[in-house]
Amino acid sequence: MTALELGKKIRNGELTVRQVVEQTYEKIAMLDKELQSFLSLREKEEVLLEADEIQEKINSKQLIHSLAGVPIAIKDNICTKGITTTCASKMLEHFIPMYDATVIDNIKKAGMIIIGKTNMDEFAMGSTTKHSAFQITKNPNNTEFCVGGSSGGSAAAVASQMVPLSLGSDTGGSIRQPSAFCGIVGMKASYGLVSRNGLIAYASSMDQIGPMATNVSDCAALLEVIASYDSHDSTSVKVTDTQYTKSLINDVKGMKIGLLQYKQDNPLDESIQCAINQAKENLKNLGATVTTVTIPFTAKQVLSVYYVLACAEASSNLERYDGVVYGFRSDKDSSLSEMYKKTRTQGFGSEVKRRIMLGSFVLSASQYEHYYKKALRIREYICSEVSRLWNDYDVLLLPTTSVSGVPIKEKMVHTTKEYEMDCYTVLANLTKLPAISIPYGNDENGLPIGIQLMGNYLQEHTLFQVAYTLEKNMEKEKRSGI
Amino acid sequence: MIGENNIDCNNANCKMLEYETVIGLEVHIELATNTKIFCGCSTTFGEEENVNICPVCTGMPGSVPVLNKKVVEYAIAVGLALHGNITPITRFDRKNYFYPDNPQGYQISQLYFPIVTGGFLTIQGEDGNKNIRIHELHMEEDAGKLIHDEKEKFSYIDFNRSGVPLIEIVTEPDMRSAGEVMEFLETLKSRIQYLGVSDCKLQEGSMRVDVNLSVRKKGDTKLGTRTEMKNLNSFRGIQRAIADETKRQIALLESGKVVERETRRWDDTKGTSYSMRSKEDAMDYRYFPEPDLPPVIISNDWIEKIKKKEPEFREEKIIRYQSQYGISEYDSRLLTETKEMAACFEETIVHFNQPKEVANWLMVETLSLLKEKGLDSTKLLFSPKQLASLLTMIYNKVINRTVAKEVFEAIFGTDLCPVEYVAAHNLSMIQDEERIIQIVEQVIGENEQSVQDYIAGKKRAMGFLVGQVMKATKGKADPQKVNELVQVCLERFIKSEV
Repeated sequence: MTALELGKKIRNGELTVRQVVEQTYEKIAMLDKELQSFLSLREKEEVLLEADEIQEKINSKQLIHSLAGVPIAIKDNICTKGITTTCASKMLEHFIPMYDATVIDNIKKAGMIIIGKTNMDEFAMGSTTKHSAFQITKNPNNTEFCVGGSSGGSAAAVASQMVPLSLGSDTGGSIRQPSAFCGIVGMKASYGLVSRNGLIAYASSMDQIGPMATNVSDCAALLEVIASYDSHDSTSVKVTDTQYTKSLINDVKGMKIGLLQYKQDNPLDESIQCAINQAKENLKNLGATVTTVTIPFTAKQVLSVYYVLACAEASSNLERYDGVVYGFRSDKDSSLSEMYKKTRTQGFGSEVKRRIMLGSFVLSASQYEHYYKKALRIREYICSEVSRLWNDYDVLLLPTTSVSGVPIKEKMVHTTKEYEMDCYTVLANLTKLPAISIPYGNDENGLPIGIQLMGNYLQEHTLFQVAYTLEKNMEKEKRSGI
Repeated sequence: MIGENNIDCNNANCKMLEYETVIGLEVHIELATNTKIFCGCSTTFGEEENVNICPVCTGMPGSVPVLNKKVVEYAIAVGLALHGNITPITRFDRKNYFYPDNPQGYQISQLYFPIVTGGFLTIQGEDGNKNIRIHELHMEEDAGKLIHDEKEKFSYIDFNRSGVPLIEIVTEPDMRSAGEVMEFLETLKSRIQYLGVSDCKLQEGSMRVDVNLSVRKKGDTKLGTRTEMKNLNSFRGIQRAIADETKRQIALLESGKVVERETRRWDDTKGTSYSMRSKEDAMDYRYFPEPDLPPVIISNDWIEKIKKKEPEFREEKIIRYQSQYGISEYDSRLLTETKEMAACFEETIVHFNQPKEVANWLMVETLSLLKEKGLDSTKLLFSPKQLASLLTMIYNKVINRTVAKEVFEAIFGTDLCPVEYVAAHNLSMIQDEERIIQIVEQVIGENEQSVQDYIAGKKRAMGFLVGQVMKATKGKADPQKVNELVQVCLERFIKSEV
């Protein structure tokens, strides 16, 4: 059952919110021991009381939102007042925020029910969810396989239908990549559309909270809830029309789609290439024009720029975890500097430390010009090159990931191999553009494949229309059957 | 016993005249906005620890800054007052460092595109006016305050000050003496106080000064190696530190050593400084553009609006007071020392157009009362209107000066209406001539000896009689009138005796 169907049944009185919550906890009890997607669950009794309150408001028509009473899981880097928010890090293992993120306010206003907090790569750094300090989340399609990351817990919770919706965060693909691996729909909206207030920062200039769902309609409905101008976030933008569910129209006639390719290197599994080709054919058959467009830079260049900038910002954003005011602090320290060193050495995992070191290096006085400043300039160049494409195209089509079905046991020979998996997703983050990943068939192991659509700035409506049309016109066998 | 150092210093003393001191300043000023620079917390000084805090100014995970527009306006106003160039697109940068008073691990400051570049401030130098060039002015946030308890093993942090807006003004190395530094700081302080953007109190830390100082042989064009002096909490401290550091550097050079590029800390009780960190230990702050804050676009319209609100500064008032009101330069300086005093003067003469009389009253009566009560002229409690009506009563001879002083003391701290006060206390002068003559005749009758003395030519005796009359009227008679009437009555008395 989709989230919107569930919401409808609740409003119709076919289901009570209490029943929905009970069922959700049952499913979690049944599945999550294996999947390990939740880091914490709210006390069931407390949630049931909340369910009753919401039920009353629905009954009295105080709450009429289409998602009222619908359960949701939240990535554990989004601040929830009174609920531990750990970023899957030892550093924040017992951290309880004193305020709600703006998206949490929005979700509560819509009458949605927060069930728990989901696992992730520590501080959202990674593409596997294996960098969690606490547990490894498994792919619900096949538990031998990697769930993707960093919003792996949120992806698994939705893909396994423990909850119909979840929130993730996406800095370089952290919503779209696990969505592709798990066979669900995940979106990173235009930078600034969703408030970052209360999102624990990784790379501030690219971080965006976004919706994850089993289908495009639910995804649009959830974005409708969380997109809002927020005076508490200086990078928030004012948008008049956020009624994304109005754009769920099965029609791409006359639309101009660009099949995006990098200049030279386009690492891609054959099965994903097949999916892309099929999407292309489908779009053509539905009346859109699809032409290949090559952008004048390589995947490697885009990745380099992304990792220089993201690590630089991360190194600064994570300086606040020093053991002084909150979070983990090592004990028996003889001096302030020893306390800092030990706290950070023991509190952070290896991937986080790696990125802090990289970031500190590229920002150091002697390297700033060579790395950080250069990366900023190339980012500007990339943005201007991509923005030119909107003269000719409505939407760009590209893979979400270069590979599908990565076994959990597979050890990356080089860390950069893991970084390479992000080569199709980081582009939207660097350019601040909206991008959505939708499931499009399976690979030879039966694992889901995702394809990505990227739109112009704040053109989420167009993006949803194309995504919805592709979803509706997919051959039956292509729909990933979980 | 004379130590080696003393010999050097004595030697340096002789050599002092051969050297020139070169000084540049870094001045931090806390802006008097109601709320902090990146959150809505109050900036009130001196409250209980950690009451004015929120997730933003304590660096909680997930919190993001929002710029207080007032801070930008204040910074622009100061920039304009220093004849600087306002940067049309200004940006914030992060300065990364670890210290417990810095909850985010970085300070939001400005490095690459500071809000103001260039500019100058004219000071009265030893040989006439001199322009001290401004290098830049930037905005940043203040840190929290560490409280060390000697008895305990812990230190405490008070974040009330964390996020209080600061501007930092960096000068070029254009000052050549402690005198010029004082003159610069006084002029700067006055401008900023007139703008109303800060109270600039060194003791309370709302103005903090770091002194960059080097010495060189007179005539040299190359700058010597400079040191940076921190922890200067008073004007006197700054003067002493400059003298001490100049002497120290000359002594080093004269003994064949070199001046190290370093940051030093002034110890005011010991009257000397010590090294805090050398250039080698200099921190790499890994500055980079603050991604949480978009660039601030400053339009010409905005600048014009702020420019229009610019007040007449002290230097301009000093010139105008002399030409418009004929008040001496010295007096004009006194009257304009604080903008509150100047405003009081200007408003009083709107109601009572006798500038010199008003000026005198403010400089003599007001300043001495302020001094007596340990107050400064930034907090004048009486209103100019009341002062004007007091002075009008003197002018119209409703009361005399002696009574006026008494009345002023009463209204000084309360802003009572002087007219009502005089009426309530029955202090107005005795206008009735018949009544005064009655008293005069009575006094003459009671003081025969003085009358005889007067007849004998001792003119002083008349003064005594006048005094007796004033005493009898409890000071409420017009002394000039009394003088006249005593004379008339005496003459009449003498005639009648003959």
